[in-house]
Amino acid sequence: MQSKFTSCISIGLLLIVLLCVGCSASAVTVNVSAAASLTDVITEINALYQKENPNVTVIANYAGSGTLQQQIENGAPADVFISASPKQIDALQSKNLIVEDTRKDLLCNKVVLIVPGDSTLEIKSFNDLTGDSVKKVSIGDPDSVPAGQYARDILNQFDIMETLKPKLVLASNVRQVLQYVESSNVDAGIVFLTDAKISKSVKVVADAPDDINQKVLYPVAVINTGKDTTAALAYETFLFSDQAAAIFDKYGFTVIKPKTSK
Amino acid sequence: MMESVLSPLWISLSTVFTATIITFFTGIAVARWMARYEGKLRNFIDGILILPLVLPPTVVGLGLLMLFGKYGPIGQLLLLFGTTVVFSWPATVITATVVSFPLMYMNARGAFEQVDVSVENAARTLGASEWRTFWSVTLPLAWPGVAAGAVMAFARAIGEFGATLMLAGYIPGRTATIPVTIYFAVQDGEMNQALVLVVIVLIIVFISLSALAYFKSKSYKVITV
Repeated sequence: MQSKFTSCISIGLLLIVLLCVGCSASAVTVNVSAAASLTDVITEINALYQKENPNVTVIANYAGSGTLQQQIENGAPADVFISASPKQIDALQSKNLIVEDTRKDLLCNKVVLIVPGDSTLEIKSFNDLTGDSVKKVSIGDPDSVPAGQYARDILNQFDIMETLKPKLVLASNVRQVLQYVESSNVDAGIVFLTDAKISKSVKVVADAPDDINQKVLYPVAVINTGKDTTAALAYETFLFSDQAAAIFDKYGFTVIKPKTSK
Repeated sequence: MMESVLSPLWISLSTVFTATIITFFTGIAVARWMARYEGKLRNFIDGILILPLVLPPTVVGLGLLMLFGKYGPIGQLLLLFGTTVVFSWPATVITATVVSFPLMYMNARGAFEQVDVSVENAARTLGASEWRTFWSVTLPLAWPGVAAGAVMAFARAIGEFGATLMLAGYIPGRTATIPVTIYFAVQDGEMNQALVLVVIVLIIVFISLSALAYFKSKSYKVITV
């Protein structure tokens, strides 16, 4: 009885091991960790990439850039990282987790103030957020979410960060901010223009000041996993291709001409 | 550092104590009723009452958000009174109450079912009202189970994360309970803050589990008043 049980377990374990080996051997896999604001566009690009490269499996993981950075630092499988802000890539670079010369600025975007489509509050500028009728404003958590970091810069620039603090609902990624505004559970939110564009139930009421918008860059880098990076590099090159640029453009992103940054 | 630890501690404690008081009384009332209810819907109602315990917290959170959100039935009702609960301190209490209720209810119901009906009937024949019978006979006999339920509800409430994040959001100083703050602290790389809060949670849970062991040791038989 005992030995039968043991043999069952060992056969089970053997099957699991074989299954794992089978998976990894069948095709080349590229794990892409992308900022939450890139969810739709990267999904479409990946579909195209896989159609053109049937032997490559692209697995995408979307989350706030801060979360992704933590995951990568803790050894999560990631070959390519597209962050919504240079801060996370800087951090990984300082820990030698990025393959040399693979860091490039990929996209630029804009930061905007949005309100629910049916909002009756007169919010026309960032300064209007301090009004008494505005009860809740959502931004990304400034310490981990790039859109939140820019939101903090904007609010500081208008000198209203301290006044707004009790109203601020901090989200763990930018799409959560969008969802809070879409569902009218907050009165306004600060997101990227591209996020605002994918939703029909929010409207853009103000643009961030130019000096802040100029800083909104999405860098990409190949992660140093100790494995062969050929597939990851090919994928990164594809992101800068005309085909990918057309898709990025459709979602409102502008591709920056390839040039290694820093 | 002090503020970043004390603020979530205070929010968690005030939330959990309020929630535990609410579940304590509603749990006892519902358990008492269900312990003697023999109707056809017994299993169905029982299932509904236990549901928040077995559902993923995110499902509970989404359900509550749909009920209490701006377009939800309760949310609309609250709007008539000019108020909302989403992303506010009461939202943390609502989620903590909902997820901890089943533990209070299950333990209390089990305890009430153990109480010998003939003892209650004896009180009734001696002229005690239903109310007095409950307070002087049923509740003291069921007390260890009821108290254990309250402690377990408390421990569950302090750990509530998923539903809280969905309904109450993360507003430091207002709705940021210990578990939610730990989550954001880890994301932000604030490991020290996270670890201090983890130790605090461990201490609180350890104290409540000690209380649980104490109530369990005072078994049903011991009380012979």
